[in-house]
Amino acid sequence: MPPPLDQPAALLVASLVKRFGSTPAVDGVSLTIPQGASFGLLGPNGAGKSTLIRSIVGRVRPDSGSIRIFRHDVGSPAARADLGWVPQELALYPLLTCRENLHAFGRYQGLRGKLLNEAIAWCLDWAALADRAGSPVRTLSGGMKRRLNMAAGLIHRPRLVLLDEPTVGVDPQSRNRIFEMVEALRAAGATIIYTTHYMEEAERLCDTIAIIDHGQIIALGSKEALVAQAFGSRSSVTMHVGRGPIDLAAWAAARGGSATENALLIAVEKPAEIAVLLDAASRDGLEILDVALQRPNLESVFLHLTGKELRA
Amino acid sequence: MTTLRLLLTIMHTSFTSLRRDRGAFIMSFVLPIGFFTIFGFVFGGMRSSDTPRVTVLVVDQDDSAVSQALVRGLEREPSLDAITRPKPSKEDPAPADYTRNTAEAAVRNGDAPAALIIPQGFGAHPIAFGSAAQQAKFTILHDSSDPVAAQVVSGMLQKTVMMSLPATLASVGSQYFDTEIGGLTPQQRQQMDQGLAQLRKLQDDQNAAGKSQTGSSGLAGFVSIDIRDVVGGRKRNPMIAYYAAGVGVMFLLFTASAAGGSLLDESDSGALDRILSARVTMTTLLAGKLIWSALLAMAQLTLMFLWAWAIFHLDLFSHIPGFLVMTACTSFAVAAFGMLLASVTKTRGQLAAVSTLIILTMSALGGSMFPKFLMSNAMLMVGRFTFNSWAISGYTKVFWRDEPIRALGPEISVLLASGIVLFLLARWFARRWETV
Repeated sequence: MPPPLDQPAALLVASLVKRFGSTPAVDGVSLTIPQGASFGLLGPNGAGKSTLIRSIVGRVRPDSGSIRIFRHDVGSPAARADLGWVPQELALYPLLTCRENLHAFGRYQGLRGKLLNEAIAWCLDWAALADRAGSPVRTLSGGMKRRLNMAAGLIHRPRLVLLDEPTVGVDPQSRNRIFEMVEALRAAGATIIYTTHYMEEAERLCDTIAIIDHGQIIALGSKEALVAQAFGSRSSVTMHVGRGPIDLAAWAAARGGSATENALLIAVEKPAEIAVLLDAASRDGLEILDVALQRPNLESVFLHLTGKELRA
Repeated sequence: MTTLRLLLTIMHTSFTSLRRDRGAFIMSFVLPIGFFTIFGFVFGGMRSSDTPRVTVLVVDQDDSAVSQALVRGLEREPSLDAITRPKPSKEDPAPADYTRNTAEAAVRNGDAPAALIIPQGFGAHPIAFGSAAQQAKFTILHDSSDPVAAQVVSGMLQKTVMMSLPATLASVGSQYFDTEIGGLTPQQRQQMDQGLAQLRKLQDDQNAAGKSQTGSSGLAGFVSIDIRDVVGGRKRNPMIAYYAAGVGVMFLLFTASAAGGSLLDESDSGALDRILSARVTMTTLLAGKLIWSALLAMAQLTLMFLWAWAIFHLDLFSHIPGFLVMTACTSFAVAAFGMLLASVTKTRGQLAAVSTLIILTMSALGGSMFPKFLMSNAMLMVGRFTFNSWAISGYTKVFWRDEPIRALGPEISVLLASGIVLFLLARWFARRWETV
């Protein structure tokens, strides 16, 4: 949905290009993310996600194109104040306590005095770490560290929040806690950019999703729109196969589908079409291990568009 | 066999890890060779001409033929650098010979570790076998921060008197025999005079040819010497300020290097990215770390000198202004050095290797590990390019020579200027952590 005319986009990326040597990491990306949106950015490893994110936070200087955050050039003091970044890494001081970490990162964001104390209290409460405020980070569990990592990035209550795979390596219980934290941010009106390798997270937390591959946005829209765009009213048939004498990708492409190393993904209008596929596979010497028919989801879309499993 | 394979795998993994960290890999081999070379320079001497020579200011109050012969003998002595007048300068292109007062002032000022005063009357009574009242008493004025110099000058004086003045010695011996024993027969007298004539000719030839005498006389103590400490005579522990500064600066350098290394830790953890994406610029970040590192260094030095006061009776509290100035300047320079090392190296392993090599080298050359009086002039000159040397020089002025703060101008200037230059270099190298 386009933003109201009087309201600036939370993030405006225009024709962004960044090359490392002769390799384009980001190749002409344009994005407009309205205020209040929850935007998922998906892509296989090496697709250009990290370079795009680091460009948005001002850590990578693009070769061309522009990025504006609430109308401010990226890297400007106003843009920095409006942007909160939670990196993949646990970017914390391990010997400092939770409170001391929050104090340090709050000061780096220009907070002080009562505002800083209130922000620390809000962070500890938001991350459910109030009872561990005095514990050194190195004594925390993986999930607690992840939550503190998020809190440290958002202590200045930015309007645009960039969460880069915030649930990597955490247990299901902690993941749920992180989902609740993100949903609380959404409810408070923050604009969220969320990258993940977990499709269910994107489906739960994001209302708009972009898929990036080879440095380009290859699909953009709501989950329903992406599914409809890729599969229409068709269902998705996933066939896991053993070694066969033929080229799987070519076999799948001939039937309007795609293939990974050991799976074929083909869209069908009716379940009865599965029998036709099985006959053809048998005729061509393919060893079928199992067959599943499902309504297409984001995972199917991702596989269909990139030819790769999201978590591969 | 399985255990052997495991051992081989462990070794291979360790070797591959070391090889991948190219800086640490190279330093593993460069470090010992570098150190060996430095120790060779300091103690071995690359050439015999680098052998340490003791500088001694010579004041000839007698100005007789005998005393002049002695001065020439001292000037020929290879282990001494005997100087009779200051070097010409723009202000004083033709300086006068040292007097007792100017020589003493020069020793107090640290220009030379010792001065030798040849007393008036030395020519008349070069040595005395009889009463002590007739003996010409030499004076050595020395700075006991160099405990070797006075002993070397004293020994070389005895040797030079013996070897440079053979005729004089024989003549005095003859006179002693005449007065104390009862004299010689005319025939003995004639033979004695012939022998003395030959000795005089030999003495004159030697002095004219400028040949150096070598060998042991077996006769020591012909001249009477009064050795006086003119700098730290009343101080309770003469060298403690030297070692407090020397050892302190060496460990300060290690601490500063480690403190600077926090940049590498933050870079590895991603905290640096997070900090720089906030409102902190690289210059602010580096400046903050520089100030912290300098304060840490000041605390360390203060503790070191307090310990020296408590345990070794260093007179700290009557030198507070000079101590504070030197501590602040030294800490600033050392902190900037640590920042530069951290910004140049890429891993903690590289930082450890490079900093160890540079710090121990600077400490060896700058006087932190070995007293400067053990070093050759060439090595002393090289040592002037180290923090250690300037810091030791400044602290020595404060605690040993009791000089005022204005006398610390060279040390303050060098340390502050080095600190500024090193910090600017660190900032330049730190560009790699900014946007790519």
